[in-house]
Amino acid sequence: MKLHINAFVNDEPVEYLCDPEDTLLDILRDELHLTGTKEGCGSGDCGACSVMLDNRLVCSCLVLGCEIEGRSVDTIEGMAFADKLHPLQQKFLENAALQCGICTPGFLIAARALLDINPDPSESEVRYWLAGNLCRCTGYDKIIQSVLDVAAAGRENS
Amino acid sequence: MKYQAPSSIADAVRLLTGTETQIRILAGGTDLIPQMQARRVVPELIIDIKKIPETRTILRQHGSYIIGAAVSGAELSEHQDLKHDWPGVVEAFDLIGSTQIQGRATLGGNLCNASPAADSVPALIAANCRCLIAGPQGERDAAVEDIVISPGRTSLQKGEFIVSFTLPALPARSADAYLRLIPRTEMDIAVVGVGVFLGLDEQGQCQLARVALGAVAPAVVLAKEASGLLIGTRLDAGTLKRFAAAIKAACRPINDKRGTIEYRMEVASVLAVRAATIAWQRASNRPAGDSL
Repeated sequence: MKLHINAFVNDEPVEYLCDPEDTLLDILRDELHLTGTKEGCGSGDCGACSVMLDNRLVCSCLVLGCEIEGRSVDTIEGMAFADKLHPLQQKFLENAALQCGICTPGFLIAARALLDINPDPSESEVRYWLAGNLCRCTGYDKIIQSVLDVAAAGRENS
Repeated sequence: MKYQAPSSIADAVRLLTGTETQIRILAGGTDLIPQMQARRVVPELIIDIKKIPETRTILRQHGSYIIGAAVSGAELSEHQDLKHDWPGVVEAFDLIGSTQIQGRATLGGNLCNASPAADSVPALIAANCRCLIAGPQGERDAAVEDIVISPGRTSLQKGEFIVSFTLPALPARSADAYLRLIPRTEMDIAVVGVGVFLGLDEQGQCQLARVALGAVAPAVVLAKEASGLLIGTRLDAGTLKRFAAAIKAACRPINDKRGTIEYRMEVASVLAVRAATIAWQRASNRPAGDSL
């Protein structure tokens, strides 16, 4: 039995039909064609599918598409400002904090969620916050450094 | 497969007592959805309880806390009063999974998934937490230690679900603590978890003690004999030695990749002593009156 769902994705109203077992990740990628959100493990271990659900960081593979009725989802596609990258995206490029790139959208979404609530995190706080995002290429140091760099730049600008 | 999100307890019970034989409650989904993906569970009906207001709120009532079964870990950690009064319970839940998991995972799910290693359960049992269960015969109240029977099995009857948890009003000079051991620093399943609640009398002697052990038996163990050894003491070295031995005696662990029987028993005794010491220090630093 398909359900008809109305929701908001990146502040735009969306509607879709979904089966009860479809995950939010399936809906984002296959129905809404927002393929920036990646599937890694599909079991909530790797964080590649991280999105914001009503301003809360979640794995979209652990949310059902039919739970989203009336709710707001923010994905990587909504992160840049028109043609200008978000400072985290820019810093990841400058610091080469990505290689294959599959984990990157999840790291960016999770890192932004951290800086929104804690603009001055310690290195340990960044590492603990991002413990649910796995990267098999970089060894993490450049990712962590990028988040700390953006936090420092944010403090200078404010 | 059908999905329903009732907005009242009565509607949820009506759905739970329907003709479907495979019904699953959805709260945070962090255990259920991976089980569905792996086809280990193929529900005919999923009942999402998050639209029922009673499952989603934290209320303070005469010093006790009523916590909805579908409140997320992130919401528990953000509740400053709860964190102040029940640091053991909040820290235990906060140890589960990543930031992403904390955004979804719930107390009700952690209990009803019925894993022997569920981190929040020893802390809730040590805290003497009770749960409100709704079902076809109305509502009933049960101790958290009476819910899990064995791995994956609970005592909930057909048509029943957990609505909320109640942490009792704290007696004067009392506090809780939870410690666990995992092989890594983050994101793993407990080898052993220990929850302790202690209350002290006016002279600083222990007069209330509840110690619960996770991952050392098919269900969490309420270590009554070991807890009793702490009563009337100030947790002196001799008492703690006898307490550690009684903790080991209360364990019935398995050998698996996370730890051998001997290792789990040893770790349980070490963690129990440490957690009791933390609870003791917290209780000693709390005011004698009822205003915490």
